[in-house]
Amino acid sequence: MIGVDERGYYGSFGGAFIPEMLHPNVEELKENYEAIMASPEFQAEFRGLLKDYVGRPTPLYFASRLSEKYGAKVYLKREDLCHTGAHKVNNTIGQIILAKKLGKKRIIAETGAGQHGVATATVCALMGMECTVYMGELDIQRQRPNVERMRILGAQVIPATSGSKTLKDATNEAMRAWINNPVDTHYIIGSVVGPHPYPEMVARFQSVISEEIKWQLKEKEGRENPDLVIACVGGGSNAAGAFFHYYNTPEVRLIAAEAGGLGVESGKTAATTAKGTPGILHGSKTILMQTEDGQVVEPHSISAGLDYPGIGPVHAHLFEVGRAEFVAVEDEDAMKSGIELSRLEGIIPAIESAHALYALNMIEYKKDDVIVINLSGRGDKDLETYIKWGGY
Amino acid sequence: MNRIHTLFNTKKERVLSIYFTAGFPNLEDTVPIMEAIEAGGADIIEIGVPYSDPVADGPTIQDSNQIALQNGMSMNKLFEQLVGFRAKVHLPVVLMGYLNPIMQYGMEAFCKKCKEVGVDGLILPDLPMQEYLDEYKALFDSYGLVNTFLISPQTSEKRIREIDGNTDGFIYMVSSHSITGAKSGISEEQINYFERVREMNLKNPRLIGFGISNSETFTTASNYSNGAIIGSAFIKVLKNSENLKEDVQSYIQSVIN
Ligand SMILES: Cc1ncc(COP(=O)(O)O)c(C=O)c1O
Repeated sequence: MIGVDERGYYGSFGGAFIPEMLHPNVEELKENYEAIMASPEFQAEFRGLLKDYVGRPTPLYFASRLSEKYGAKVYLKREDLCHTGAHKVNNTIGQIILAKKLGKKRIIAETGAGQHGVATATVCALMGMECTVYMGELDIQRQRPNVERMRILGAQVIPATSGSKTLKDATNEAMRAWINNPVDTHYIIGSVVGPHPYPEMVARFQSVISEEIKWQLKEKEGRENPDLVIACVGGGSNAAGAFFHYYNTPEVRLIAAEAGGLGVESGKTAATTAKGTPGILHGSKTILMQTEDGQVVEPHSISAGLDYPGIGPVHAHLFEVGRAEFVAVEDEDAMKSGIELSRLEGIIPAIESAHALYALNMIEYKKDDVIVINLSGRGDKDLETYIKWGGY
Repeated sequence: MNRIHTLFNTKKERVLSIYFTAGFPNLEDTVPIMEAIEAGGADIIEIGVPYSDPVADGPTIQDSNQIALQNGMSMNKLFEQLVGFRAKVHLPVVLMGYLNPIMQYGMEAFCKKCKEVGVDGLILPDLPMQEYLDEYKALFDSYGLVNTFLISPQTSEKRIREIDGNTDGFIYMVSSHSITGAKSGISEEQINYFERVREMNLKNPRLIGFGISNSETFTTASNYSNGAIIGSAFIKVLKNSENLKEDVQSYIQSVIN
């Protein structure tokens, strides 16, 4: 069985390796999140907002020209059509309602590409809560439009100037800010990472993705289970959401596309399962890229959303037990797939999602297999990168 | 007997513990700094093992970690430097480090080395108590290493009692809701917390850390506990020092006198 145990572990990965100063906060969450999430009021508000505000259910779209090219029945789960342009908002809607129920007044978050930051700033505006987003100084330069979106939405964006000045450092800064403001502040983590119960909580909010895939596929194909589900993995929240209701259905193959960067052996990669080893990052035991001496290594990916040196503990477990197949998609190939989808289906995908698309070229499948690709986000935020890359 | 126990058996007031990051400001400064701390008159030496992602630390210690790593500090290097230090340094020595580099070195190999070179205790801020009890306590005990836990103003009375029951060195009282970094002064609210914990009559001595920087804050903290820990303020002294030996000694003198 794939799932979290009561100690917060998925197999040998997970747990809550946090400084004592965060113990009361994390304990408060752990003690309350399941009961709050199960309550009818929470469910009514969460489901209501997902429907009317986010625009769910997102379509499960049969991509006929892509299918023809790849010789399989390829469906796209259109998370790119969510309000704010990516799946990230499923989680922020859930967490902000939870934060309100816990009586919190302020929200903090980390962001890499800015998608999670925008999704957090959005729900804070919606709920009238104060919002501070930590973002690596380098990412602030790389992702200007998203920084301004957050500011327009009323959030304060604080540069993380330590370490490599990217997502991992923004996460460190957010954790430090939480230590400094333990009482009235909730930290909305943006992926299935961090100390227990975050990975499980975020996965449950994102699990609406596979919940919908099941009934949508039933309508279209007469069966709930595809042959394959493919998703990209940065921290792994969109993948966890797309895999969630299939974890324990072994006939559904789960494919996780990591960012290969300039190549797994190039030293410029974010292919965590290929280059990583077990260790502790941001409060959980997982697989991460590190030196022999246990220092965290700076990853590289053309997509800021996949530019993270670890993966969520559930994915480390899926990898360890062989339940999911991991592929490393290089920058160049992801970009080609982004253009390919644009030309074949009229959909410009986020570069993160383009990694999942390219995986079709790296795995074996049978003709007429039903394949669901989680299109985690749209490419608007990546226009600059597409333009710079130029291969179109 | 463990040097930490010996210390607290004989000294119960104004115990001063000094933290510095191994490999900062220069790679080979580790043992000379320890000697200077001892010569200056402090009671405990805390050696920080540098880490790329120190989440409980503020900018001053973060920077010292980064510089130490750039200088080439590593766990292997640190243990090499520490071989033979007991001929020169007699104070209790505590290693403070994040779990990941220690896990990569190997927990047992690490404990064994600590014992071999003469380290007395550990402070591992991201090792939770339950994990310690389930996985590591027996190991630490077998190598005679005293493990120290942190508490903060948010820590419940029940948990403070549990922590007190599960250690026999000292309790590290984080002075406020905060990461490390010297601030000015100690507030009324902090005093209330110091008093609240003092009234609990814990079996372990208590040292107050985070935000202690000079004679005044050291004395205030010591009035409510067995002493205090200075980290960031000491790192600043090292950073601006032209003559480490002299500056370390005169800084410590200025704090305790
Ligand atoms: C569109 C999109 N997909 C994927 C990701 C990666 O995150 P995760 O692996 O948590 O889904 C991001 C992160 O910013 C994103 O914006």
